Amino acid sequence: MSSPHGSRLDPWVDSYAARARGMTASEIRALFAVASRPEVVSLAGGMPFVAALPMDAVAELTGRLLRERGSVALQYGSGQGEPVLREQILDVMADTGVRAHPDDVVVTTGSQMALDLVVRVFCDPGDVVLVEAPSYVGALGVLAAYQCDVVHVAMDEEGLRPDALAEAITAVRAAGRRPKLIYTIPSFHNPAGVTQGPLRRQDNLAVAQREGLLLLEDDPYGLLGFDGKVPRALRADDADGVLYLGSFSKTIAAGLRVGWAVAPHGVREKLVLANEAAVLCPSNLTQMIVSDYLGSRDWRSQVATFRDLYRARRDALLEALSALMPPGTTWTVPAGGFYSWVTLPPGLDAKAMLPRAVAALVAYVPGTGFFVDGQGRSQMRLSYCYPDPDRIREGVRRLAGVVESELELATTFGTGSAAWQAFGLQSPGPDLR
Amino acid sequence: MSLGPSQGPVVVLDGGLSPERDVSIRSGRRILDALRNAGVDAYEHDADMTLLASLRERSPSCVVPLLHGAAGEDGAIRDVLEALGLPYVGSRPAACRVAFDKAVAKSVLAAGGVAVPEGVALPQSTFRELGAAGVLDALVRRLGLPLMVKPLRGGSSLGAAVVRDAAELPAAMVGAFAYAEVALVERFITGTEVAVAVLERGGAPEALPGVEVVPDGGFYDYTARYTAGTTAFYVPARLDPTIAQRCAQVALVAHERLGLRDWSRSDLIVDREGVVWFLEVNVAPGMTETSMFPQAAAAAGLDLGQLTAELVSVAIARG
Repeated sequence: MSSPHGSRLDPWVDSYAARARGMTASEIRALFAVASRPEVVSLAGGMPFVAALPMDAVAELTGRLLRERGSVALQYGSGQGEPVLREQILDVMADTGVRAHPDDVVVTTGSQMALDLVVRVFCDPGDVVLVEAPSYVGALGVLAAYQCDVVHVAMDEEGLRPDALAEAITAVRAAGRRPKLIYTIPSFHNPAGVTQGPLRRQDNLAVAQREGLLLLEDDPYGLLGFDGKVPRALRADDADGVLYLGSFSKTIAAGLRVGWAVAPHGVREKLVLANEAAVLCPSNLTQMIVSDYLGSRDWRSQVATFRDLYRARRDALLEALSALMPPGTTWTVPAGGFYSWVTLPPGLDAKAMLPRAVAALVAYVPGTGFFVDGQGRSQMRLSYCYPDPDRIREGVRRLAGVVESELELATTFGTGSAAWQAFGLQSPGPDLR
Repeated sequence: MSLGPSQGPVVVLDGGLSPERDVSIRSGRRILDALRNAGVDAYEHDADMTLLASLRERSPSCVVPLLHGAAGEDGAIRDVLEALGLPYVGSRPAACRVAFDKAVAKSVLAAGGVAVPEGVALPQSTFRELGAAGVLDALVRRLGLPLMVKPLRGGSSLGAAVVRDAAELPAAMVGAFAYAEVALVERFITGTEVAVAVLERGGAPEALPGVEVVPDGGFYDYTARYTAGTTAFYVPARLDPTIAQRCAQVALVAHERLGLRDWSRSDLIVDREGVVWFLEVNVAPGMTETSMFPQAAAAAGLDLGQLTAELVSVAIARG
């Protein structure tokens, strides 16, 4: 006989925390599963092109590390991270203008973990966090996990707008709510591909200072400016008001999962305790690989290699978009990093179009994944970091055909909007971030 | 269960390029585990450029195709298996082609006296050439509301939507056309959703206990299908015995009239008057942790690995 209540195939269905509510299967994630096939040109993934690393050298130094210091590398370590690496991180950050003491640095399991720890120590459920519109999907995931209320702030071609930021803070406070953090990616933004200029940075910093809000600066792409110049970090001009997040995922290797936070003393102490509570310590092995790599290789030259490679791919993308996309399509021109943000002709819905694109063997990330409030329907993020230039051109050729078909469909049905309901987590998996 | 060392391993074919790739891989891995637990030497392979070389190299004794969506269920991959002379579990290509086209399958069943929702299958070009507004208006006048809109070919509710207001219809059409060139618009039948699996054992098809599906959100969409906890399943379905019997009968009629083989799953609706409506049939039924075929098999006291191994043996014997 059937149970009177039926079976839900999950005996713990009534036990989940409220924050797990959005953790469901989704059509979008199903489509991304197809994007992993080699036939598909994936302009979705934000995967660094790690094949450009000197693999033999990395293998050699890793082998030597294990042979000579294996008993340390494979042991638990400090919750704050290896002291030698923290000193080296100061050197890596030097071009951003960040000056700090090694004790100000907390090494984390990728900068994603740093983001998690910061939100963990600052935000109670219902606290407001101001984020750019659009914003990094991984940040939105962390904020959702801690049940923060996300308020999007408008951007323009120079990124976060200080006037919109000030207005948003005022509106939040007027509604009797408490803003806790401002989260921004000032350089080579994911997904928007824009960069805050020096004056814009000062203006945004001034708003944060005036309003007494902590600014969380996420800077994974800062060293990947195509003109070779490294934008000055916000943290360089305010050591107490800015919490800086850095990462080796794009400058060395994402698979090592080594990132860091630079924080004022009081915050840093809490981040260390939170880090210990979460993971005990970041991996000693991968920290020591990074440390040995920085100490024994010309890492700046390798970053320049990555920069040149990504610039060529950016150029291929932009040329193909100019040549092939239908009129009415616009896109940002990134000066560094991995992404261009594309706006489709009026009436088209990038999310509704994704199945057709995947059937045409090209993938992108629909814009709605970068917002919490349904914005971004006509937009998509294109990543140029992983496919080579020929594949990028082929991907854009396929995409242009899909957009043409979708225009015809929208004309036929007079729809400008979409057919899709938002089901579950729309974000791509970790390899697509 | 041993098929004998000389017969080669069994290959579970999953993945593919359809939007149901992820579901297919989950189905395939579940059956792979079940086969191995039943003592069968089995491995998994994607339907990709390396498949044919792998089949040549490993000389499998039998293929279990669990590809969902086009290519997997439209008969194409089975045509290739036949061309290679490889035994496989499941329906033959011609039967798959008929079953995978929901409109054709419905017409075959209607001719056999089975109730099917009235509907129309129309390609995108019809709307373009005649004007969408006029065509949609005619559909609403003819079929009434609510309507069910779905891709003519495809599964897992991808691109499917219930339309309760005519104003929602254009967007629902766009949603269906995102997955297929032809969309099926049919009268939405309100009632109890029941899936009935059919399994051939000893040469005769038998219906397994019906699985009643009650999704939390009211619509058994992709999320409800593949997120454990979002749907309540009742096995056997909470139906009057005569209606349950009718459901079993309809599933068997579908299996037999469409010429299906080994296993299938029919999706049905029982309306308030007790009429059993046939919606569609699956020739590669889902085998994931939340799929209905494994639940039906468990309710019948069958081990998924044993029953698959039996079908493998039958497939090898028929060559």
